[in-house]
Amino acid sequence: MNDTTQQTVSDLELGPTELAEQLAHTWRTPRTLWGTLTTVDHKIIGRRYIATAFVFLALGGVLALLMRLQLARADNRFLTPDRYDQIFTMHGVNMMFLFAVPVMEAMAVYLVPLMVGTRNIAFPRLNAYSYWLYLAGGLMLWISFVLDMAPDVGWFAYVPLSGPQFGAGKRSDIWAQMITFTEVAALAVAVEIVVTVFKQRAPGMTLERIPVFVWSMLVTSFLVLLSMPAIMVASTSLILDRLIGTHFFNPAEGGDVLLWQHLFWFFGHPEVYIIFLPAVGMVSSIIPTFVGRPIFGYLAVVLALITTGLLAFGLWVHHMFVVGLPRIGESFFTASSMAIAIPAGVQIFCWLATLWDGRPVYKTPLLFVIAFLITFVIGGLTGVMVASVPLDTQVHDTYFVVAHFHYVLIGGSVFPLLGAVYYWFPKIVGRHMSERLGRWVVGLLFVGFNLTFFPMHILGLAGMPRRVYTYQAEMHWGGMNLFVSVSAVLLALGFLLFFVDALRSIRRGPPAGHNPWRASTLEWATSSPPPNYNFTRIPVVTSAEPLWQDPEVLPVSSGLRVDRRELLVTSLTEAKPQARESSPRNSIWPFLAALATTVMLITSIFSPWAVLWGSIPLLAALIGWFWPKGTPEDEG
Amino acid sequence: MKERVVLNVAELPLHGMESASPTWWGTLTYMLLEGSAFAIAIGIYLYLLSLAPAWPIAAPPPSPGPGTLVMLILLASLFPNWLVGRWAKQQALRKVQWGTAVMTLFGIAPLVVRVFEFRALNVWWDANAYGSILWLLLGLHTAHVLTDLADTAVLLVVMFTRHGPNRRRFGDIQDNVLYWYFVVATWIPIYFCIYWIPRL
Repeated sequence: MNDTTQQTVSDLELGPTELAEQLAHTWRTPRTLWGTLTTVDHKIIGRRYIATAFVFLALGGVLALLMRLQLARADNRFLTPDRYDQIFTMHGVNMMFLFAVPVMEAMAVYLVPLMVGTRNIAFPRLNAYSYWLYLAGGLMLWISFVLDMAPDVGWFAYVPLSGPQFGAGKRSDIWAQMITFTEVAALAVAVEIVVTVFKQRAPGMTLERIPVFVWSMLVTSFLVLLSMPAIMVASTSLILDRLIGTHFFNPAEGGDVLLWQHLFWFFGHPEVYIIFLPAVGMVSSIIPTFVGRPIFGYLAVVLALITTGLLAFGLWVHHMFVVGLPRIGESFFTASSMAIAIPAGVQIFCWLATLWDGRPVYKTPLLFVIAFLITFVIGGLTGVMVASVPLDTQVHDTYFVVAHFHYVLIGGSVFPLLGAVYYWFPKIVGRHMSERLGRWVVGLLFVGFNLTFFPMHILGLAGMPRRVYTYQAEMHWGGMNLFVSVSAVLLALGFLLFFVDALRSIRRGPPAGHNPWRASTLEWATSSPPPNYNFTRIPVVTSAEPLWQDPEVLPVSSGLRVDRRELLVTSLTEAKPQARESSPRNSIWPFLAALATTVMLITSIFSPWAVLWGSIPLLAALIGWFWPKGTPEDEG
Repeated sequence: MKERVVLNVAELPLHGMESASPTWWGTLTYMLLEGSAFAIAIGIYLYLLSLAPAWPIAAPPPSPGPGTLVMLILLASLFPNWLVGRWAKQQALRKVQWGTAVMTLFGIAPLVVRVFEFRALNVWWDANAYGSILWLLLGLHTAHVLTDLADTAVLLVVMFTRHGPNRRRFGDIQDNVLYWYFVVATWIPIYFCIYWIPRL
């Protein structure tokens, strides 16, 4: 590996063909098992991350169908109560921790480096580590489900149900360690995104020229950094209560069960915005492209993102309105919960204004945006309703709440995400998804979704509680539940068609050029799919819509070395070039470190001493990771 | 797309220092997320305190001797830490090598005292919630001292190898210096919580 004696090569010395060849060589990932395990290419890892998250989406969808099958009629005995408990817990845990947050971060892992015009994400080995850890956490959860030891305490694992007294066995420990896996993975990506956006933007990409999607991921990353430590401290305290007899949540010894709810929701509410803000960014990328004008009110949209991020930390108590808190607290949190509708409203009016002033071309991504606008507004309205204490008290723990948060999460987040997949698929794969099937997908999902979830509002108002495995015929909920279950099949067909379209289009979709939608942001300046080095030369940005400035010619910089992985570091606000920084080569250490972490976390469920001896291989792997390799990348 | 070269970056350094270095920002970001974990843990302490009829619960207040000694050691380490940072900026290899050796000792010393400090808490983690949060706070901070010690020790070895005289390594040293400030700074509120709040 020691080839520092090799002569340095600058891109100034090479012709276009030689330059591309040399770059491809320097940044290559061999198509071997070794290459698979060692790659640090953000595009390969991003693709993996996205694909894995969608597999978890499909699995979570199957769980939802099982629940709908069970609830289709009164007094059903299709699932046992115990299995049902595991299934609704798995559905929530899987969708929140293994699908929603990871898929948004995964999109960012793929797109942010391209959109800011750099060659790899910051800390690419950490990125590889993050993926392996996420995969291990997901596998652990699903294997535990197969072994009939999956968590059965709800996705929020409230104590005392999850505590040592009532949560016998290892099910709650699996939940707690799954949190550790996924949160460490999510925190790692958040760090990478923050530093990529701060320090690796193309020269000239000043703050007011950052694409809105990149802004949204920056704000999201800060939400992750500030909220996820709360759930990690909480899940650690829970596992300590369960394994070594601490008393954090034991009222008999000075602990408190509501402490758990505070800690959980201090994370849990920002979590909603961790899922929603990236969707805001996606919508703000799709609309301008399909109406052919820049977003209306760029500054207002960005400020609304930041405001939402700040307010997200002042809402958590609205999940706890029925636990008996002081009235002054309830009033405050009602006010703040309603206040967050203001930045959401600002964004919606900016999108409407952009649509109004442009010439909309109704392709699938834009259709998803319209489905999003309608569904999300309905979810937002019921959100304002449950922000009010008297109404929340009435509908708490009923299907009204289930309806509300599916409107917000699927309508507000999954619809934009699927639109984003249709939008960026040509970039990632080099081929289009089917426009014809895409319209069917939007239609089926929109109709199927509303038919499935709207009646749940009514079921909730009729008193049907959440998390019950069955109900008596005398409650007269049977007809509506059957309707919901049949509609869920329609919704599932929409998702199935989406997967069919995506898988088919990977090989058979019509080829896409580098910028098939005539979009304005930098990811469309390079070929589809992008080469392993992203850009032959780092772009120089002179406006907020770089590719609309001059669609034929891209201003670029030169002078980077190509015999080592080199990229450009720029200043925080003005994006002035500061250094030619190297980017690490492929490495096996992140995989080994993730393996060591996995062994430590899983065995610690069974013995606290595992933390001690398990940290030794982890330390060894980390030393191997950080030890200077003597490659040209190490030159300072 | 056609490209038009408008900027030449060949003259830029191969590695930026401090705010021009991604790892410097990475260290800050980690300080932010670990700082929020500390804040949450202190929040738990204050929350449990607000509920308890008496604080500490069923135990004498912790004996402040070892904790105060840790505090003194950490405060004393600030000056050599600052010097190492300065020497790293000047890329003075010899001084950085010895300075890092001294800082390794400053990492070990509080850990030795900490063994006694856990005993001086005068309560076990499984006695009650008060004991639990004390051990959590102290454990969390100990984990940070340990992490930084491991980092310092590895850097110490690296600085004596052929990889030592390299701008990139001096940058690593600066990042490590920055992180040590964080380890010292976080001890102040935790020390105050553990030893002085029960005596207020």
